[in-house]
Amino acid sequence: MVASKDSGENLVSVQVDDHWISVPRGTRMIEACKQAAAEVPHYCYHPKLTSPGNCRMCLVEMGMPPRPSPGEEPELDADGHAKINWMPRPVIACANTVVDGMGIRTQSLLAKECRQGVMEFLLINHPLDCPICDQAGECTLQEYSVEHGNGQSRFLESKVKKPKNVEIGPRIRLDDERCVLCSRCVRFSKEVVDDDVFGFVDRGSHSVLTVHPDRKLENNYSLNTVDICPVGALTSNDFRFKMRVWFMRETKSLCTGCARGCNTVVGSREGKIYRQSPRENNDVNSAWMCDTGRMEYHQLENPARLTEPMIKRGKKHRTVDWPEAICRAARDLTKFKGEQLAIIASGRMTNEELYLTRTLAESLQPGVVDIVKREGEGDDYLSHCDKNPNVNGARKVLKIRSPGSKLKSIRKRIVEDKIKALLVIGEDLIDCGFTEGELSSLQCLVSSHIIANPTAKMSHVVLPGAGYAEKRGSMINATGRLQRLNKAIDPPGQSREDWEILHELNRAVDGCDGVTELADVFTQMASTLSIFKGLSLSRIGDLGVDVMDTGETVPLLEREARRVSEGLIVG
Amino acid sequence: MADPRYIAGKKPHPRERRMIFRNVDRSGWDASIATYRKDGGYRELKKALKMKPAAVTDEVKASGLRGRGGAGFPTGVKWGFIPPDNNKPIYLICNADESEPGTFKDRYIIHQDPHQLLEGILISSYAVGAKVAYIYIREEFPEGAVILERAIEEARTAKLLGKKILGTDFECEIYIHRGAGAYICGEETGLIESLEGKRPYPRIKPPYFPAVLGLYMCPTIVNNVESLCHVKHVMAMGGKKYAQLGTPRNTGTRILCVSGDVQKPGYFEIEVGKLTMGELIEDLCGGMKKGRKLKAVIPGGSSAKVLRAGETYTIRDGDKEKTIGLPDIPMDFDSLAACGSMAGSGGVIVMDDSRDMTWVLNNINTFYAHESCGQCTPCREGSLWMKKITDRMLSGGGVPSDVETLVSVGNNIAGRTICAFGEACAWPTQSFVAKFPEEFKKHTSRRNIGKALNPETKTASAGLGD
Repeated sequence: MVASKDSGENLVSVQVDDHWISVPRGTRMIEACKQAAAEVPHYCYHPKLTSPGNCRMCLVEMGMPPRPSPGEEPELDADGHAKINWMPRPVIACANTVVDGMGIRTQSLLAKECRQGVMEFLLINHPLDCPICDQAGECTLQEYSVEHGNGQSRFLESKVKKPKNVEIGPRIRLDDERCVLCSRCVRFSKEVVDDDVFGFVDRGSHSVLTVHPDRKLENNYSLNTVDICPVGALTSNDFRFKMRVWFMRETKSLCTGCARGCNTVVGSREGKIYRQSPRENNDVNSAWMCDTGRMEYHQLENPARLTEPMIKRGKKHRTVDWPEAICRAARDLTKFKGEQLAIIASGRMTNEELYLTRTLAESLQPGVVDIVKREGEGDDYLSHCDKNPNVNGARKVLKIRSPGSKLKSIRKRIVEDKIKALLVIGEDLIDCGFTEGELSSLQCLVSSHIIANPTAKMSHVVLPGAGYAEKRGSMINATGRLQRLNKAIDPPGQSREDWEILHELNRAVDGCDGVTELADVFTQMASTLSIFKGLSLSRIGDLGVDVMDTGETVPLLEREARRVSEGLIVG
Repeated sequence: MADPRYIAGKKPHPRERRMIFRNVDRSGWDASIATYRKDGGYRELKKALKMKPAAVTDEVKASGLRGRGGAGFPTGVKWGFIPPDNNKPIYLICNADESEPGTFKDRYIIHQDPHQLLEGILISSYAVGAKVAYIYIREEFPEGAVILERAIEEARTAKLLGKKILGTDFECEIYIHRGAGAYICGEETGLIESLEGKRPYPRIKPPYFPAVLGLYMCPTIVNNVESLCHVKHVMAMGGKKYAQLGTPRNTGTRILCVSGDVQKPGYFEIEVGKLTMGELIEDLCGGMKKGRKLKAVIPGGSSAKVLRAGETYTIRDGDKEKTIGLPDIPMDFDSLAACGSMAGSGGVIVMDDSRDMTWVLNNINTFYAHESCGQCTPCREGSLWMKKITDRMLSGGGVPSDVETLVSVGNNIAGRTICAFGEACAWPTQSFVAKFPEEFKKHTSRRNIGKALNPETKTASAGLGD
């Protein structure tokens, strides 16, 4: 592709490995190379952080057009570009920006020698303990070694000894011998989460990464340092020694820990989740997520998971098959109408589940429908104070105006014996202030949960549902972005995805609903609700679409945008 | 007045031209402001303050003064890099982190003539528009720091610091900042980081050119102690007159610090380029030690590339080129560069034929491996690797591939690091091995494996067969 000179004032022509491309003025050389499909290897460079230029892995050859003296015409090459004068010294591609007419060589002998040299330097004191290193398989030392390293070691000396297995915080361990001192973790902690806890001590080849002697790495974003560590120096206590990364299946999904809806990748193997890490989405979570959200997947491993539908007979529950459970639930619920029946759904449900709850409500005609409010502590980074991931969905789909506002009156009317039946989806009412006395006075209590809880214990029919990583669906986050939750693993035992349970209930109550798969639910929803108009589950894509203007902004993203505009980071 | 730091009355060699060192070892001299003023001190400051700042810079540009810290960059040109539309504070930093092995000139200025330095700093601050100047002094000069503090107090009392200096609108404060013992703090951006209270990791250039984004991201001029003192003499003589000292493009005087195997090592202030290496060694230093022959010279501090006796070099002489030997090299910036080394910081290290070059290189490698800041990969890992290879060679564990490996490690460092330390630590290896290949091969030949160098004498390869 040859860029024409008049392609826009803010575009400049750059030659990358003999091909001319045009990129915006101010583009970093490394990003220009990426656009030209000439990936430049790097360790310290991270687009979300400042560029210290310390690893020297991205050294490339650079040339500039000569500055002609006044009146002199520059010598042009066949493409009409000024001939490039190549500099004898290599330059780092990460921190330098392009200028018009610049030439970059990523494959020249000099560039290759530079990379080979740096690779060798990085490995001479490295323990080469890949067989027992958790980073193996996703380690840039390994990857670049294959491409840019030497087949043999020339290092005959003894290696520098450094601290190993250092507990630098509650969730992370440090192996200084594996560390390449790229300072990504130092910069992330300081620049993104204002916790300047990391530092280097000693010097030369004996330099080591450490945390401040009086402090620990314990902020709620600490595990992001493990993600950005290009090697196995920082490892997560939660993940280490559990699973080889190449065996894991990666599923793009969402964190449902709060209304932020951080984009994630869920790593699983054979029905078990081993880790959850952030996935870059510059409209939601940048490239980060909080530790709390990251650890949420452990709730799916709770030994008290409900795995079979149950019906209460006398004081005891007995397990039944799904048709019987659905049949019983439908039969019991349809006995009550209007004022006698209430539905308590959840802000943790997907839009599709909420929609099926809505159609169910249209059939059952309950006197009141509400969800449970879930307020908690938020912060100035990503964690939102609304701990329900889909309140906006509940507002739009289930028409909940003020979440949780009707719970008090529901309790009152249960006591007054006006409400006789309750359908509860995904919430433990005892946890929301209901008493066992109140719930036991109900003639019909049908509930769906993933983990056994007091409400389930009181229920006449218990329907085991699926956790967030065990199902598909969509949610609307705090800023009004519609995003997609994907299924990483199957729900355990006989438990089912909640949309299926609700779909079955709908059918049992109202006959055919025209739905055979989850995508149909979204299609129906899109034809009913204007905010989903023109969308389908697949059209949401991996990064989501904005469907509402909630007026909310993400402080972390705003700060990031400011640093981008100041030229400090690429973004 | 018996101060052990003075060798009062020691006469300079007649071939010296003392300006900066005029008062060093001078009889009846002391570091007080009274003595300095009695001798005409601070007259040049008065003169400068009557001029426009730009006119002072123009004089320095006209003088052709080149930085005496190592790189030899023209001082006036450096000052001119401050952006004209700047509206941030401007800082001047005096680099008194004199730590290049073989260099010992700034310490004498600080110890014996601190007010000359302060006057140079004040004139330079006036020229560049700095209201605050820092003297970054290395940790190893504790006495120097005390002397400078005292001098600053004296100058303040004499109203030469603070507001309304000498009754003009010029205001300036000078602060001493003491280092903590790291060579890299002499690198100007490392120094700035250290002054900001951080680890002295040199900054990447671009974008962090000190004249634009220096101390606290403000325009900053960093000059060497000796360079700043020269500014005073440029003011005294006028730029054009100063430029007549020395040789064209290599103007003024400079202090050479000679150490090693000569009869009389020491410091000598000469007109730049008016003396050859041979004259320096034979005349000023009294020749080589008895019965010894010149083997090699490191002409500009330990990082400069070594020159071997018997080599020939081609340098420019006017329009023509001429071939010269080591003793004929004029001691100036351009000639030493043309001979493949550098004038650097003026530290001339002379070695005679008793020296084992592998041991010499190992000594230098040990220093640089210890002083590498560790920020960027090639220097961090390469400097210690080179040291370990030469260690092993000396202890009798050398293998034939060592020589090649050693040079290639150096090649993989030089030109690929954030700061010039990369060159500083690689150039010795590159040059020593290139110029004395037989000595390195001796330590790595199969026949000599297991034969360690005599640790007592560290001399010659006597025990080693060819």
